[in-house]
Amino acid sequence: MQLLEFQAKELFREYGISLLDSISSTNIEEGRKHAKELGYPFVIKIQVPVGGRGKAGGIQKCQNDDEFELKYPQVMDLEIKGEKARAILLEKMADIKKELYLSIFLNRSKRCYTIIASAEGGVEIESVKNQIIKEIGLGKVSDEVADEVAKEMGLEGSIAEGVADTLKKLSKLTIEKEAELVEINPLAIMQDDSVTALDGKFVTDDNANFRHDELQKYQEKTEIEEQAEKSGFSLVELDGDIAVVGNGAGLVMSTLDMLSDNGGKPACFLDVGGGATTESVYEALTLISKLDRVKGILVNLYGGIVKTTVVAEAFLKAYENNLIDLPVFSRLKGTESEKAKEMLQGSRTNIFDSVEEAINAAVMGVKK
Amino acid sequence: MTDIFGLLKGKPEDADYCKKGVIVQGITGSYGSLHAKQMISYGTNVVAGVTPGKGGQKFEETIPIYNSMQEAVDATNAKISIIYVPAKFFLAAAKDALNAGIKLLVAIPEHVPIRDTMEALDLANQKGAVIIGPNTPGIMIPELIKIGIMPPMPFKAGKIAVLSKSGTLLYEISDALTNAGFGQSITIGIGGDPVNGTRLIDAFEMVKDISDLEGLVIVGEIGGDSEEMLAQKIIDSGFNKPAVAYIAGRAAPKEKRMGHAGAIVMGTYGSAESKVSMFNKANIPVAKRPAEVPVLLAGKMEK
Repeated sequence: MQLLEFQAKELFREYGISLLDSISSTNIEEGRKHAKELGYPFVIKIQVPVGGRGKAGGIQKCQNDDEFELKYPQVMDLEIKGEKARAILLEKMADIKKELYLSIFLNRSKRCYTIIASAEGGVEIESVKNQIIKEIGLGKVSDEVADEVAKEMGLEGSIAEGVADTLKKLSKLTIEKEAELVEINPLAIMQDDSVTALDGKFVTDDNANFRHDELQKYQEKTEIEEQAEKSGFSLVELDGDIAVVGNGAGLVMSTLDMLSDNGGKPACFLDVGGGATTESVYEALTLISKLDRVKGILVNLYGGIVKTTVVAEAFLKAYENNLIDLPVFSRLKGTESEKAKEMLQGSRTNIFDSVEEAINAAVMGVKK
Repeated sequence: MTDIFGLLKGKPEDADYCKKGVIVQGITGSYGSLHAKQMISYGTNVVAGVTPGKGGQKFEETIPIYNSMQEAVDATNAKISIIYVPAKFFLAAAKDALNAGIKLLVAIPEHVPIRDTMEALDLANQKGAVIIGPNTPGIMIPELIKIGIMPPMPFKAGKIAVLSKSGTLLYEISDALTNAGFGQSITIGIGGDPVNGTRLIDAFEMVKDISDLEGLVIVGEIGGDSEEMLAQKIIDSGFNKPAVAYIAGRAAPKEKRMGHAGAIVMGTYGSAESKVSMFNKANIPVAKRPAEVPVLLAGKMEK
């Protein structure tokens, strides 16, 4: 899970990383109070768990009350990469000399933590020039490595000390919280040569959540996502109208790709897990019945150890209980698929031999 | 380099040639017992199970259960184990196995914290052992040995090596291959996690020198750069047998985890475009759909 900027900054503060004064709010009344406390000028920053906020107009300078009244609601109403504002952060304006880049991430192919640093920050990582990349094993960043990185960035004196110190704190945070990525971009050199984190990005390893109760308060899930998690499913909501269900992340991704290739628009990605049982498929249909925008359901199941007849039972049960009144386009492959087809004959489930046929029918079906 | 066939089959002079013993960790759990039975019925020689606190009992009235891996290894001399314990107990189980001398560890659990995977890998490196997974369907030589959770139907003995990050796509694509007359010499599930005990490049090293190998199928997905690394390795190694790839997740939105912990695109890192373009550079065609894989493979073979 990617934390919001203000949440990442809460963690930064806890680890002694220098920050500007800032306050987060979720409505304009709160925001007005904070504006008074903070005093102009400040920056209004949308809080969404994705990058590219600046380009999308989600970060606005604010000099006075009039600008505040105009810009706060504007920023609040933005949608960036499909993400609505979770909060608004007001942050003091900074008088800065230079913007640096600093991050520590879990290097998947090298299987160790890796530092990326640059003296030319403030742009998206892909555009950051002169990157210094250092693999640092599984332990914390040592004094020597931190000094070396600052030196390679071309920094000297108190600035170099400040950056090295920030890097060590960042590494302590990364390791203790088991983050996949912690990024400060930009890390600013202030007029007095101190260094301050102007932005913060923090991606958790959700599989380590059971060891980090302190991060649970940052979990924000929709009701449906929560139910999906309880059932052991993976659900990603998308903005189309055909719900895509299958077993196994790879298979569902593949179905999503083929659906998109054929002009369909997926409403969600729902992986019920490698196996498929009557209960899990019934649960999946229950979840989808709660998504308003869905006009049809595309099911692609590869019954491995589990028999497809068991899956067919779930459909029949869902219709019997009037859970679903949408057309269902399904491809069931695996053991007893002939019998499963017989069971579903005449029901709401249209069964197809190939996933391609099911997809084409689904795309046509929702157009009606 | 790992001699994976040496580990899985042994040498013709071995008394247990093609019947190498496998220990099942977590054999009394519902998941472990279901799949232990499935493995046995496939012909895998399951010689022992381990469940702490249940030592002395028997699984299916024949297979002895031990409290620890050390006891199980002492009694059976097995070098292979498969772990079916819940993710939070994975690291302890892996350490138990590696310290007892296991050389091939198949890690089934999904949701293992990355740090635990990295610690287990660190120990495996020290011990000269190989970990497949976590979050993998396992590894198999069709019609000979199955160490994992894959259903038997899609697979048939043959001469194509299949390496896959995804479980169900491995079944789906192997099924398509089998139907097109392409059996498999070995299939290796890499796993869908960000950090894999055996990366695609490691798995490639394991299979590239199989003497009668006729083709290679790579089933990748968005996230990370292991497909790119593999493509580069194939270019560098001069590997010239027919190879075909498939990449899942082209239509996935950025910065969203698509089911697998590892399936996430950050900026351009991990994108399908990046992987496809590297495979193209390596002269490896990338199928648009799983069903297209055998078609492209047949095309490569004609050339």
